[in-house]
Amino acid sequence: MTVLDQPTGVIGTRRLRREDPALLTGEARYTNDLVIPGALHLALVRSPYAHARIRSVDVSRALTMPGVVAAYGGADLTALWAGPMPCAWPVTADMKNPTHHPVAVDKACYVGDAVAVVLATSDAAARDAVEAVSVDYEPLPAVTDLEDALSDRVVVHEDLGTNRSYTWDLKVGEDAVAAAFASAAYTVSERYVQQRLIPMAMEPRAVAAVPQPFGGDVTLYSATQVPHILKVMVALTLGIPEHQVRVVAPSVGGGFGSKLNVYAEELLCVALSRKHGVPVRWAEERTENTQATIHGRGQIQHIDLAADADGRLTAVRVRLLADMGAYLQLVTPGIPLLGAFLYAGVYDLPAAYDFSCTAVFTTMTPTDAYRGAGRPEATYAIERAMDALAKKMGVDPLELRKRNYIRADQFPYTAFSGLTYDSGDHLTAAELAARLVDYEGLRARQRTQNAPGSTKRLGVGISSYFEMCGLAPSRVLASLNYGAGGWEAATVRVLPTNKIQVVTGASPHGQGHETSWSMIVADRLGVSPDDVDVLHSDTAISPLGLDTYGSRSLVVGGVAITLACDKVIDKAKKIAAHQLECAEDDLEFAHGTFTVVGSPDRAMPLAAVAFEAFTAHNLPDGLEPNLEAHVTYDPPNFSWPFGTHMCVVEIDTETGQVDLLQYVAVDDCGNQINPLIVEGQVHGGVVQGIAQALFEEAVYDDDGNLRTTTLADYLVPSAADVPPITTAHTITPSPTNSLGVKGIGEAGTIGAAPAVMNAIVDALSGLGVHDLPMPASPQTVWAALQSARSTSGGVQ
Amino acid sequence: MIPAAFDYKRASSAAEAIALVGEYGDDAKFLAGGHSLLPLMKLRLAQPSVLVDIGRVSDLSYIRDAGDHIAIGALTRHMDVEKSPLLAQHNPLLAHAAGHVGDPQVRHRGTIGGSIAHADPASDLPATTLALGATYVVQGPGGTREIPASQFYRGFLESALSPDEMLTEIRVPKLGGAGWGFQKFNRRAQDWAIVGVAAWRSNGSSGVALVNMGSTPILATSVSSALASGASVAEAAELAVAEAEPQADLNASVEYRTHLARVLVRRALEAASGS
Amino acid sequence: MMEGKGRSRGGPLEGGPTVQISVKVNGTEHVSDVEPRTLLVHYVREQLGLTGTNIGCDTSSCGACTLHVNGEAAKSCTMLAVQADGCSVSTIEGLASNGEMHPMQKAFMEQHGLQCGYCTPGMVMAAISLLEENPNPTEADVRLGLEGNLCRCTGYHNIVAAVMAAASA
Repeated sequence: MTVLDQPTGVIGTRRLRREDPALLTGEARYTNDLVIPGALHLALVRSPYAHARIRSVDVSRALTMPGVVAAYGGADLTALWAGPMPCAWPVTADMKNPTHHPVAVDKACYVGDAVAVVLATSDAAARDAVEAVSVDYEPLPAVTDLEDALSDRVVVHEDLGTNRSYTWDLKVGEDAVAAAFASAAYTVSERYVQQRLIPMAMEPRAVAAVPQPFGGDVTLYSATQVPHILKVMVALTLGIPEHQVRVVAPSVGGGFGSKLNVYAEELLCVALSRKHGVPVRWAEERTENTQATIHGRGQIQHIDLAADADGRLTAVRVRLLADMGAYLQLVTPGIPLLGAFLYAGVYDLPAAYDFSCTAVFTTMTPTDAYRGAGRPEATYAIERAMDALAKKMGVDPLELRKRNYIRADQFPYTAFSGLTYDSGDHLTAAELAARLVDYEGLRARQRTQNAPGSTKRLGVGISSYFEMCGLAPSRVLASLNYGAGGWEAATVRVLPTNKIQVVTGASPHGQGHETSWSMIVADRLGVSPDDVDVLHSDTAISPLGLDTYGSRSLVVGGVAITLACDKVIDKAKKIAAHQLECAEDDLEFAHGTFTVVGSPDRAMPLAAVAFEAFTAHNLPDGLEPNLEAHVTYDPPNFSWPFGTHMCVVEIDTETGQVDLLQYVAVDDCGNQINPLIVEGQVHGGVVQGIAQALFEEAVYDDDGNLRTTTLADYLVPSAADVPPITTAHTITPSPTNSLGVKGIGEAGTIGAAPAVMNAIVDALSGLGVHDLPMPASPQTVWAALQSARSTSGGVQ
Repeated sequence: MIPAAFDYKRASSAAEAIALVGEYGDDAKFLAGGHSLLPLMKLRLAQPSVLVDIGRVSDLSYIRDAGDHIAIGALTRHMDVEKSPLLAQHNPLLAHAAGHVGDPQVRHRGTIGGSIAHADPASDLPATTLALGATYVVQGPGGTREIPASQFYRGFLESALSPDEMLTEIRVPKLGGAGWGFQKFNRRAQDWAIVGVAAWRSNGSSGVALVNMGSTPILATSVSSALASGASVAEAAELAVAEAEPQADLNASVEYRTHLARVLVRRALEAASGS
Repeated sequence: MMEGKGRSRGGPLEGGPTVQISVKVNGTEHVSDVEPRTLLVHYVREQLGLTGTNIGCDTSSCGACTLHVNGEAAKSCTMLAVQADGCSVSTIEGLASNGEMHPMQKAFMEQHGLQCGYCTPGMVMAAISLLEENPNPTEADVRLGLEGNLCRCTGYHNIVAAVMAAASA
C-alpha cells in the first residue's frame, strides 16, 4: 500500500544533482552577491551590555560621517512597527512573551541587541558610523545561569514580573508513574546539560529590500529558509498589505534552523527602504552572526527512569529547564515541546510518562530551532540514561536496549502520548549497526585494551533514536498552540510541449529538492527528470507554502507533488479516454502513456494529451483546458525515521584527547528517493552531532558577553577533525504517505551526540567516570578522570 | 572585517623598507605575508597608519647551507621551509614545525620572519627556533646586528626589534645526528597549539621550548639542565613548567596547561631520544 | 533583475587615496584603483563582480574565500588587493572552460561533495592546490590538506571522496 504504483526508472537512483553546476562554478547568487544599484547599506548599533537601560541614543556625530544618509535610535523607529516581532508559538495560554521590536527602545537585553541603526552609501561607511553613535547605557546585572534565572534574582523583563515564560506539561498516568518509581527494581536519575550551540551556517545572513515607492510593492531578498512565513510576518509586523510583499530567497548557504525566523534586519530593510524610497541592504559579519542570529539548544535536563528487574522501562520522568534567551523569536518557546514526546525514545513504555518543561528568559542571544530542534535533546537524555541504567544493572547497553525496543510487530504503535508511530524496526537497525561495527569484536578488544594501566582506552557508544518530523498535521499543531499549519502546496503543470513545471512551497538551501522533486515527477508522469523544472523560494512564483525545516519537505512537500501528479494523471486520463473513445477505467497509465488495456495499439502519450489540453480543440464537455493540478496536502501524521548509531572512541588518558575511530550510522527514512542525497544529509547531520559532543559550545562569561564570537573560538570542525562516516540503512516504508518516505535531514544530528558521549563514558567508566559534560574537550575528559581518581582513591 | 584606513608604501629592498618605516615612526608596520598582521587589523586590534609592504623584497627568500648553520631569509614562506630538502636533511625539526603552522593556505603566504617578528607565544616557529638556539639577523638604520633567540622575546607580541628594524635572516644550527620531537596539542587541526613543545636532544645537550605557556615562547632550561645531569626523560619532563607562566583561556585552565606541558615535553623528549 | 556581473557596489571604499594595481584574474588583465585597505576578497567580489568567492568569517578560519594566487591556494580575506599587484589570480569562475567543468568540479558533483554550495568554491580551489602539491594523497592527507576549509553541510565525507576520485582520475 506504500510503494509507487509503477516500476520506476529514476526514484531510488543516485542521481547527480542539477543544482551543482551553478554552485560549483560560482554562477549561483547568494543574497550578498546580488547587484542592487543605488542601495543603501544598513548597519546596526548593538548593545555591548547583556542587560542595560537605554537612557539616550545620540546619532548626531554619526550623521556627519562620510556616506551616512540617516541614523535612528529605537525610539525614532516605533512608528514603523504595526506589530511586535512575531512569536508564532504561544505554547500555553499564560505564556509570558516580552515586547520585542526590531530595535530596542528602553532596554537592551543581550549583547548584540540592536539599539540604533545607520544607513549609508557603503557597508564600510555604515560600519564606521556605527562607532560614532553614542548610547548612554545604565548597565544592569546579567542573567546567564538558568537556575539563577528561575530564581528571579534579576528579572530580565520587569513588566513580566518574572523570568519564567511558561511551564508546559505532558503527564500521562501520574499514578502509574508514582507507582512505578515506588516499586522499581532499578531507577536512574540523571542530569544533563544541553549546551548552547551556534548554528554557524557558512553563509552569514544577508538581506536586501527593494521598494517600488509609486508602484507600491516591495521585494525582500533574504537568506531565509522561510520565504512564505516571512512574507506573512513582514506584512503583519509592518502593516504592509500582504499582496504587495514579495519575498525571494536566492541561493541560501545553509540554514539548519537559524534562517527559519523573522529577524530585525529583515524588517528594518523593508521598513527603511519604503521610508527612504531606495533599496536597503545588510550583510552580517561572522562576529555579528554569532551574537545576532539565534542559538540552538540550551537546556538543563533531569531524567529519571524506572525499570523492572529485567530492565524493562516502567516509567519516565523528565524535568527540563529551557533557556529562551532574551526574547521569544519565531518558534523559540516551542522547541522543547518538539522533544517532549520523545523522552522514552524507541522503547516500549506503558502509559507512565511525566514531562514538564519550564522556560526562562536570560540575557543572552535568543534561542530557536537548530537542527533537530528539541529532538536531539530528548534523544540525548534517554540514550544517556539508558546507558546509565545498563551500567547500574551490569547489563550490556545493547542488550538492555533490545529488551526495550518497540518490536516490529507492534507497529503502527500507539504511544503513551496518543501519537501513532507509523512503522519501524529498531532491532534490525541496531543489529545491522552492531554487525557493521563488529560489536562483539569491539567488546573483546576493549577487555584487553582497557586493562589497568592502559593509557589508551577504547569505548563503544550506542544511540538508538527515532524522531518525529515531517512537520506536521495541522490539527496536531493546533492542539499544541502552534501558530501556523503544517501543510505543503504543490502545483504540477504540464506545458504544451510536455515539459513539466513543478511549483513547490518548500524552500531548499542545500537539500537538493530540485533534483529530488524532478525525480518524483519523472517517475510519476513518465518523463525525463531533465524535462522537469522546479520553481521555488519566490513568493511571486510559488505563492503558497510553509517552507523548509523540521525534515518536512519530502514528507509533506514531496508527497504533495505526488498527489498533484496523480490529479494531473486523472485529468489527462479524461482527455485520453475522450480522444481514444473508451472508458476511463479501460485505460492504464505507465511510462508516460495511456494505453487501452488489452489493445496496446490504442494509446496516447502524455505529450499528446498535453498538447491537446493546450489547443482545447477536442476536450470532453465541461473539462477546462490546460493540464495542471494544485494540491495542498496536510499530512495525517508526523513521520518517524529511526535508526541506531554506534561510535568507537579511543581516549588518551594522559591528555584527555578523544579520537573518534569509527562512526556507523544505520538510518531508516523509509523509501529513499535519492540515496546520494540521503547519505549526504546523514553525513552532515552526524558531524554536527559529533561537533556538539566534542567541540562546540557558545560560552558566555558572567557578564553575559559571548566569548566564542568567531570561528577561531567556536570550534566547528574541519575534515581533519572528524572521521569518515559509515552509513547504512534499513527501509521501513511509511504507511501514511504514498511515497512511503520519512524525513532524514535532522536524523543524523539527533542520533550522534549521545553515541559519542556514551562511547566516552564507556571507555572511562572502568576508571570511575560516570558522566561528563558536552563538549567533551580534552580538558573536560582529563578533569573527569582526575575527579574520579580522587574520589575512588586512585583505582586504575 | 574591514581594516581601518592606512597609507601604503612598497619597498623593493630591506634598506628602502627600513628607511620608509623610519620616516613614519611608531605607527608604521612591515607587511610581509600579512598572516599575523592582517587578522589583527581586520578586527581593528591593530590600526597602523602606514604599512610598508616588503613582500616583494626578492632577495630575502632563501634557504642556504652556510656551513655551520642553515640561513633562512626572513621572507621565506612557511611552505618553503616545510618542503626544503636542505632542512629535511639538516634541521627536520624546523621543517616539521613549519608544516604545522595554520593551514596550507596560510603556509603559502605567511613567512618565517613575519611569524618570528610578531612574537606571539602561541606561534610554533618562535618556540621552535628558540629551542634550536637560533640567531636572528636584524637590519636597522644603524646597520646589522645578530640577536640570539633567547634574548629576542621580551613580552606578549613584544620583541627586541626596534620599530624601524627589520628581521632579515634566521640562522638555525644543523641538528647533525640529534634526535628531535615536536608536539602540537590542539582541538582542531587548524588551531593554535593549546600547548606545544619543540625539542632536540643529543646525548647530554638538548633544547626544549614551549608554545603557549606564557607571554613569550618559553625555553625550558630546567628540563635541559636535568637531562644534562643525567635525569631520565620522565624526571626532566616534570620540570617542564619551571620557566613557564601558563595562562588560562577558553581551551585550558592553568592546571590543565601545566599538566599538558609535562606530558608533551616527555613525549617530545621520548621522540628525540629515539623511543 | 539582479543577475549582472561587473562593477557592483561601486569602486574603492569611501574616502582616502587609492593605489593602482594590475592583476591578471582568470587570464584577464585588470588595472584598478583600490584603497590600500581593500581586502583581495572584496576587490574580486565587488570591484570585479566575481561573486563566486565567498566570505564566511572574519578570522581567516573558514576558507570560503580561497582562490589561487600565482597558482597556490590563498585565503583572499587575509590579503590586501595591493599585495596581488602583478600577480595572477584564479577564482572559481575561471576553472570551467568551453562549457566543461574542471575535473575537480566534476568530481565534487559526482561524489555529492556539496549541498548548499557556499563553502564549495573555496573548497574546490583548496583541493586543486592540494592535488598539485600532492598528486597521490591518502585520505588522511586530504583531510589534513583541507584543515583550513570549513563546511557545515556535508560532514566532509563526500568532499574527501571527491578529492580522492579527482586524484585517481
